[in-house]
Amino acid sequence: MSAETLPRLQAATPAGGGPGRRRRPLGQAASQLFLIVSCVLWVLPILFALYVAVRPYSETRKYGYVSMPHSFTFKNFSDAWSQSDMLHFFWNSVLITVPSVIIVLALASGVAFVLTRVNVKINIALLIVFTAGNLLPQQVIITPLFRIYLKIPLPHFLAGSGLMYNSIFGLVVINVAFQLGFCVFVLSNYMKSIPGEMYEAALVDGAGLWTRFWRLTVPLCRPALAALATLLTTWIYNDFFWAITLMSSGDKRPVTSALANLQGQFVSNQNMIAAAAMIAAIPTLVVYVLLQKQFIAGLSLGSSKG
Amino acid sequence: MSSASQVRNPAAATTTGPQKEGPVRRRRRGVRTLSTRDRVVVALLLGIPLLLDLAFVWFPAIGTLLLSFTKWNGVGSLHPTTTCKPNLPSILNNGCVYGIQNYHQAVTISPEFWPAVRHNLIWLAVFVLIATPLGMLFAVVIDRGIKGSRMYQSILFLPVMLSLALIGIIWEFVYSQDYGLINTVIGRNHNGNSIDWLGNPHLNLWAVLLEATWRQAGYVMVLYLAGLKAVDPTLREAALVDGANAWQTFWRVIFPVMRPINIVIMVVTVIESLRAFDLVYITNKGINGLELLSVLVTSNIVGETQRVGFGSALGVVLLLISLVPISIFLYQTFRREESQ
Repeated sequence: MSAETLPRLQAATPAGGGPGRRRRPLGQAASQLFLIVSCVLWVLPILFALYVAVRPYSETRKYGYVSMPHSFTFKNFSDAWSQSDMLHFFWNSVLITVPSVIIVLALASGVAFVLTRVNVKINIALLIVFTAGNLLPQQVIITPLFRIYLKIPLPHFLAGSGLMYNSIFGLVVINVAFQLGFCVFVLSNYMKSIPGEMYEAALVDGAGLWTRFWRLTVPLCRPALAALATLLTTWIYNDFFWAITLMSSGDKRPVTSALANLQGQFVSNQNMIAAAAMIAAIPTLVVYVLLQKQFIAGLSLGSSKG
Repeated sequence: MSSASQVRNPAAATTTGPQKEGPVRRRRRGVRTLSTRDRVVVALLLGIPLLLDLAFVWFPAIGTLLLSFTKWNGVGSLHPTTTCKPNLPSILNNGCVYGIQNYHQAVTISPEFWPAVRHNLIWLAVFVLIATPLGMLFAVVIDRGIKGSRMYQSILFLPVMLSLALIGIIWEFVYSQDYGLINTVIGRNHNGNSIDWLGNPHLNLWAVLLEATWRQAGYVMVLYLAGLKAVDPTLREAALVDGANAWQTFWRVIFPVMRPINIVIMVVTVIESLRAFDLVYITNKGINGLELLSVLVTSNIVGETQRVGFGSALGVVLLLISLVPISIFLYQTFRREESQ
């Protein structure tokens, strides 16, 4: 495809749209069609599972999943909820996710502040240590981690098991340690963009290091912290790997990994599994509806500098 | 630059603008200039997270390397000075130094190793050749600012919010043998002629890869959109004035300046295909055609027979592969910092 065969553009001023973008009706229609088809394909699996969930088991058993509905019911949802103790697993998810997110953000803010504002000679090296730590596949560290978790005793008020293994505390620790790198990277990029004059002014006013961190830097990083909090909440809530490897299949598991057990439990009633899956998806869907901007902002901060 | 932003307090005007002479303003303050109290603050702010990161991420990473040279079933203690004796029964050969035997076994007699490597490579190939280009295509088309682009973006992004375990469950209804969406639509849902998408070891990897692509494309799309939004619009205008068409503008002007985001996407693609675990595990525990390196590592620690050394050796294989994109990313990201 050479440039000669193409009609040269006559006018240098684009007709409508953004700067420097041509609008061609044909291209428009093709784009629309492509996106509409893609979007239909993209929502289809989710809507299909929802469709299975709102129909009685007896009916889908008889006619299959792809059939006209005779009746709709929410019984699958209420049954899944009551028969599997889902509330309990949700509570586990809360106990793991909320402390993890708060602790990660607190620790990462501190590290990022020191690495961007105090010269400790090995700033870059430390930043690399944190950043690379988050990029390792989890399976690289799981074998020794599993042994460590079996070795470290915990006081009983922290863990019923008396060990890091199979404890909510242990899951918080690994989520914090593993996500630190990403947050340090994002926050240090963000803090670099704070003008140095602000710190000069704070110094003149006699503000100590802690004040410059807590009173000046943290409030200025609020947008980044909000975006990261959204991202981390989703990631940690969705975590499956740590939960199934560092917890024996027990009652301490968060809801995402508890679903794996439910599959065995409801094997005779697939519609209930669909309903349970939909219930488990609700928190992330709420985040998606309310905080999609924040989530995407967090991803963008992590992928582009500054 | 609007006229409103010109009206600032005059004091600020003296501090803006490039500083050609004098010391660099934005130099970080050294630790030595700090008071004792400030040094304690630095030590705490940096020390606690660093300790946590080293103890639970880097120490295990090094531990994987060391353990991979041992033979250990997790019971009893390790003897880092004893060498394993090849003619003893394995119950007496425990916790001893095994040399490179674990690696040797993996590549020679382990029945699952090469299939797992092959599946990981197929996974990577599908991500590189299908999921990533598809995500980029979504991003480019949406970025052209057509009607309803926000809604399209939201819909395509939806799977990224769901956990992979959940995605595995949701798709089981699509693939279900007797009642499933696909088999019903293509009329292969009767006894005897139905297609077992997730059970047939020749098909299930591709079925799961469709699920993985469904999610990954949306992820790449969002990352790429972030990169596209950061591109200077004057570049497009210049290309337009020079008479470039949309195709040329993208490949010769936009794509080259997207280098940083392309590196990020490459890292995400490789790491995600190495980390792939949840989908195959929720589908059938990662057996019967769905073996992956990540599953083998895991089954050697949470399975019935614990082969700590062997599992670690597979972890090292993952580590070595992942170091390639990680190094490229770190080099690309921190090169400029060093020169500052």
